[in-house]
This record gives sequence, C-alpha cells and structure tokens, in this order.
Amino acid sequence: MRKDKILMIVGSLLMLALFSYPLWKITLVAPQYPEPLGLNIHIDKLTDGVQFNDVNNIDLLNHYIGMHHLPTEVNIKKGAVEAFPEFTYMPIIVGIMIVLGVVVGFLGRKKLYIAWLGLLAVLGTLGMYDFYAWLQKYGNELDPNAILKMTDPKTGEVMAYNPPIFGYKKLLNFEVYSYPSESAYFLIVAALLVAIAWYIAPKENVKL
Amino acid sequence: MKTIFKPLFALATASLMLTGCGPEASSHSGKKEAHNSGALSGSVAEKVYVAPGEHDEFYAFISGGFSGQLAVYGLPSGRLFRVIPVFSQDPEKGYGYNEETKPMLMTSHGMIPWGDSHHPDISQTNGELDGRWVFINENNTPRIARISLTSFETEEILEIPNSAGNHSSAYVTENTEYVVAGTRFAVPVPQKDMPIADFKGNFKGSLSFVKIDPEEGHMSIAFQIRMPGFNFDLAHPGRGKSHGWFFFSSYNTEEANTLLEVNASQNDKDFITAINWKKIEEYIANGVGTKEPAKYAHNTWNDKKHTAETVMEDEVLIINPEEVPGAIYFLPTPKSPHGCDVDPTGEYIIGNGKLAAAMTVHSFSKMIKAIDDKAFDGESYGIPILNFEAINYGTLEQPGLGPLHTEFDTRGNAYTTFFISSEVVKWNVESLEVLDRHPVYYSVGHLMIPGGNSRKPFDKYLVSMNKITKDRYLPTGPEVCQSAQLFDISGDKLELLLDFPTIGEPHYAAGCPADLIASKSQKIFKLDENEHPYAVKSEAETKVVREGNEVHIYMSMIRSHFSPDNIEGVKVGDKVFFHVTNLEQDYDVPHGISMIGAQTSELLIMPGRTETFIWNPKQEGVWPFYCTDFCSALHQEMQGYIRVSAANSNVPLTFTLDDDVPGTEEEL
Repeated sequence: MRKDKILMIVGSLLMLALFSYPLWKITLVAPQYPEPLGLNIHIDKLTDGVQFNDVNNIDLLNHYIGMHHLPTEVNIKKGAVEAFPEFTYMPIIVGIMIVLGVVVGFLGRKKLYIAWLGLLAVLGTLGMYDFYAWLQKYGNELDPNAILKMTDPKTGEVMAYNPPIFGYKKLLNFEVYSYPSESAYFLIVAALLVAIAWYIAPKENVKL
Repeated sequence: MKTIFKPLFALATASLMLTGCGPEASSHSGKKEAHNSGALSGSVAEKVYVAPGEHDEFYAFISGGFSGQLAVYGLPSGRLFRVIPVFSQDPEKGYGYNEETKPMLMTSHGMIPWGDSHHPDISQTNGELDGRWVFINENNTPRIARISLTSFETEEILEIPNSAGNHSSAYVTENTEYVVAGTRFAVPVPQKDMPIADFKGNFKGSLSFVKIDPEEGHMSIAFQIRMPGFNFDLAHPGRGKSHGWFFFSSYNTEEANTLLEVNASQNDKDFITAINWKKIEEYIANGVGTKEPAKYAHNTWNDKKHTAETVMEDEVLIINPEEVPGAIYFLPTPKSPHGCDVDPTGEYIIGNGKLAAAMTVHSFSKMIKAIDDKAFDGESYGIPILNFEAINYGTLEQPGLGPLHTEFDTRGNAYTTFFISSEVVKWNVESLEVLDRHPVYYSVGHLMIPGGNSRKPFDKYLVSMNKITKDRYLPTGPEVCQSAQLFDISGDKLELLLDFPTIGEPHYAAGCPADLIASKSQKIFKLDENEHPYAVKSEAETKVVREGNEVHIYMSMIRSHFSPDNIEGVKVGDKVFFHVTNLEQDYDVPHGISMIGAQTSELLIMPGRTETFIWNPKQEGVWPFYCTDFCSALHQEMQGYIRVSAANSNVPLTFTLDDDVPGTEEEL
C-alpha cells in the first residue's frame, strides 16, 4: 500500500486514543494539598487526575465559592447537575472522524486528505472555544449564597474563578495549572501524520 | 615510727580517694562530654536534625508500658507521630469508648479499660522485617495484640489463658510462623482455690505458641506447653541455623512464693529454656497433646464492617514436657537471667544474668552437640538440664553491673544495657572483648537497633530506653518524663546524639526503615467498601429511626455540616445512638463529634468510616452537638441541635438539614 495511505489511516486511527485518555488536565496545588488535586477532562467524562476521588474532592471545595456542581457520576445520579451534552456528542464526532479518515485513507485522494485535516482543525478550534465557554460559565456563574464571596481588590467586582485554559493561574489559595493531556498529543501526532500524508501523496490527476 | 606511718597513711588515703572518685568522675565527665559535644560540635545536631517538611529515616514503635499503648516516633529526630491505642481506652480517638471498638478490650474477666504493654515486634519474612504488622504483649491480663502497619490501628487482641504476667512476649519467628507468650507469675492451672504455700511443684508456667495466619495475620493458640512454675521472663526465637527453636529465660527456679527478691535469688544458676517447636509440631501431627477447656477472649477488628467482634474461645491444646522428649531442654545460665537474646546468625544465645557480673554466651551448635552426646547434668521436672561447659561458648567477664538486654549489629558486635551501672556496653561476641561503653541517663532497660530481632539489623542507630530521668529535663512535679536516648553506632565508638521524651513507660521497641512502611500507609477508607450496618453512603440516606425508646440517628458528616443537623421528637429517657459516617474521601480530613452531656468520649472519624456513640438525654431542652476536630475553614459552623421533649410529649420525630428532609430535595 502507498505510504501516504498508510499514514492517513494510521493517523486517523490514532484518534482512538481519545476514547481512553484524557484530552486536558487541570491540576490544583494548595498549602492543604501538597499532593495536588487533578481533574482529567475526557471527551465523554471527568476523571480523577492525581488520586482517588479527586473529582469529587474538587467539587466539594468548589461549593465554598458557590461554583456549579461538576458533572460527576454521583452528582448526575442524584440529579444535582446534568451531564455536559458534549459528553454525548463528542464521542460520536470523534467516531465519525475516524471512520471518515480511514475511508479517505483507502481512497487515497490528496484533496480529501487536506479536507479531513481542515475539518479536524475546525472541530478542534470549536472544541477549544467550547472548553473556554465552560470555564467561563463555571468561573463566573457563582451562587449568590456562596460561603466565600470575594471581591477583586483592584476593581471591587465579585471575583471570578475562571481556571486558565492553558498555563498557570493563582485562584485564592490554589495554584492552578491547565495543560493538554495524552489524547491531545495523540491528536497532534495524528494531524502531523495526515499532513505528511497530504504532502507526500501523489497529485490528484494521477490515476490510482 | 610516727614519721613513717604518717606518709603511708596519707598515701593510702589518697589512693582510696582516687579509686572512690573513679566511677563517679567518669560518669560526670561522660555527661559533660555529652553536653559539650551538643553545644560545641555542630555535627551531632546535624545528625538528628530533620528539616521542616523532611521525613525521618526510620520508624520506631516504642511500647507505652503502663499506658497500655504503642507510640510511633521518627528516628533520628525522636519526634512523636502517633500513639496507637492498644490495651487501654483512648478518649482522644474514641478507642474503647465507641461501640465499634469496645469489644477489642473484652477479656474472660469482662471489659478491661487498661493494660500494660511491653514488647513490640515487627512481622518477618525469611528472617527480615516485612513491615506488615507489629505485635505487642500485655503483661497484666495476658494478651497479645496485632497492629496493622497500613492503618496503624489495632486489628486483633488474643487473650492467653492459663497464664499470668505475659512478659516473655510478643516475639515473632523468622517467617512469622508464631508469636510467643509466656508466664512470669506461675499460677494453678486450671485456676483453683488452694494455699499459696503449696506453690512449689503445683503452680505452672505456661508457654504459648500463637500461630499467625500468613495472609490475614489472624492469631490462634496452636499449643501451650505446661512448664514448671518458674518465672519465664524474656524470649527470643532462633534464626538461620537455629530457626525452629525458641529460647525463654527464667528466674525463680527456686519456686519461691514470697519475698522473691531474696528467695528467688538463691540458685547460682537458673535456666534458659530451649524449645524445638518444629519437633513439637511433629508430635502434634502424630496426635500428641490434650485439648483442655479454657476460657479466653479473641477480639477481631473487621475492617469492612468497621466493628470489632469478641469470640469466647473454650479450649486450648496442652503439651506436657514429658510427652515431647527431645523437644525441650534447660540451659543453665548464671543468676536470674533477664534478657535472652539471639545474634543475627542464630549461633549465639546471650543470657543477661541480671545479678551476675558476667555475661553468658551459649553456642547453638554446642547445644546441639551436647544434646546428641547426652551431656546432661540431671533433670528438672523431667526436662534434661544440659551441662553448662558443654553448651557455653564463653563468658564476658566484668562488663558492667546488672546486664539486662542485648542487641546486635551486622559486624559481629553486641550492645548490652546495664541497669545498675547505667550504661550501654559494646562488645564483640566472638572475641568476648569489651570495645566501648557509654553512660545513659539513667538506668536503662531495653535497647533497640532497628531490625534487632531479625537476621538483618539496620545498624545505624541504637535507642536506649531509660527508666529514670531525674534531672535530664525541665521538672514537672513528682512525676517526670520517660525518655529514650539515641546513639549513632555506625562508627567504632558509641556516639550519643539525642535525648527525647517518650510516653510511659518505654519498655522494648521495634524499628524499621521508613520506606518499608510509609508508602503503604492508608489514606482513607473507601466509602464503597463500608459495610457497617448503620453506614450511610450519601446525605440522601441520612435519617432518624425510633425503635421503642431507642432512637437511631444515621448521620453523615462532610465539610462542613452534619446531616441531619436539626432533630426533634427525642424524649427524656430515650437511648440515642449516633451512627456517624464521615463521607469525606480526601486524605487527612477526619471529623469529630460530641454531644453536650454525653457520658462517653468523642468520636474521631476517619474519611469513609462509621462510628457510634450513645447519648442518654436526661433533661428537656435543646442540646447542641458539634465537630470536635478542626476540619475546614467552616469548622466553627459544623454543629447541630437536638430538641428533647418530656417523656410523654407528642412532638413528632423530625430530622432536617437546611429545612429539608435529607434525600427529598436536591440542591441544584
């Protein structure tokens, strides 16, 4: 089989990792948490990032500042919060992309390669925006009856607690780190492989 | 004549003064040296300095003696981390007060709130510490406890029947096959009404071999040897070549029953008893031994149900020495031996004759040869007495006064404590030469080198545990602190590094490298695995149920509230059960709870645990309860109320949190 075809197929199959590994990871360090708390964000769920029960423990701490509950298994079950709709449709989108990628690979058409890659870029950007929107929602929509109501000493406004989408931010006693996780790296490699496939693929007018 | 006598007299006086000054001067200079080296030499301070946030290199489990507990320290810092409640109630932790742990203190005499803990020993595999459990004996009401080294909690206590003064305990064999128990105060077996003066020949000293389940650690008495009524004092297992044997020291072979300090000190030699337990196992497999009735409590903690249970056992397998020829011998050992210590190779058995001015070293291989050659000097109660010269490796002459206990390093040296001369002496076992000595402050009992009772001592530090402190610390009234002293033994000379106070009384200790245990230390109890019958897994499950005049509160605690926290409809004369579950699943977030007027201790509940206390409301009113352990920023808000109405009142039973019945409405 042609190398570009193999790269295209392998590249899209790498996206299977998204079903197993987290896409993003938020880590929280505080004086009381020398061993940090961690939140793994998958395409379909939230999981403990560092130790057992991290998600529930972060959720428990969030109630001090009046944050919405996280869609943990426990919270969804008792109806305290609804699951993010993304948890339902993200796996479907990823599944479709993989199938499309494999089909495109078999077809072996250069233009389709770049089209698939473009689609991935668009979806990725939308995904990042979506992530940003959730962080904004969680950071700003605070319960007016929250235990701790902090105001920004500079602006005098109610303090928001948006975790960073990328990098480091200090939120009260927590040092928050937000970085891509395993699946994100799989995705980058997948995109690179497909880009190479596109680059080395024979021009469209060449008959298969 | 006068002129000649005068100078002679003066000379004699001067020499007397010199010799008189000798020991005192040396002990003073020793103390001075310790003070000076602490002040002048930074290197000693550096050796024990564990910087803030850093961890110690070793754990030391030091017995709490008449406190009945076991204390956990770090070495080299000497910092106290935790007191594990074992044989005594501990209101701080609710141990022996809450309904779940009360059965741990049950005995055939009923519930006993206090014990006298003596000799901790860590479990072993292939002669090396494995860091799974630590065993410790209770002297007064004979018992052995097993403590988990993952939860650092007492998991099992086994009473020893037909015994009194369980002192020669709780030493483990090199694969933790057995933990032993002995009898220091011989008693009639079975107990009966008889004249004390008929002691001799009629009282017995039981030696018990407690089998340890290799997986779960559960204890059971495999057999009990009915020995003559000597005072069995201390014990150590054989190891390596002598694995399969156990050695018990004894005094009062005179079998005196009064004024023992004189009457039990008459015989020139007492005995170390050598027991071939592997041979006894073979005899038992062939049907030797008699099951006799005996009542003793066996208390086991169930880590799933978070509750202890007592089973009253009713029989024990008795072995009489005459039934097991070739399995038990007496090794004559001078002057009321106390410590009975076996070196890491298993070849040398050291008898610390506490009234002798010499240390006796027996040889295991010579002992085996003496048995083969039948080199006996008669017998006592049918047990062959081996010829002293045939088994004796040698004697360490004049090492000090009042030898008690010996531990070993990996370089062939022994370290012995001397109670009367108040010092630790380092000597070479094979060459029988004293190499160094160092005063201790004051009157040392046991000493401990981590891994001391094993084939592999970690011979960097030595801890001496002293009986008297006098002027060593700031005074605190008539009772001053108990203490331990830390020595560096890595070099040729003993170097005193640190004094540190301990809880009372530090008898023996067990130590091990921190990395053997620290990484396995439990952080939380998983709520999913909690099978306590009154556990709640979420706030929605919390409730209050009346059963006649019993009120059962199924309560939860999580930062920073109780659920329910407002309860009405409780009546004077009710018996109110607080079954409280800590719903936290986060490390180091315990909550406590107590109720005004509750005639018991608080509960201190670890994450995922359920515990129970009982409150008997006696007066109408509205009575608060609160969290007793500063748990969070909102700890001061963690409280609730119970309304108590008259016995004939019609106030309905209600329970709420934030004005809702838990579980009926969820916050969104």
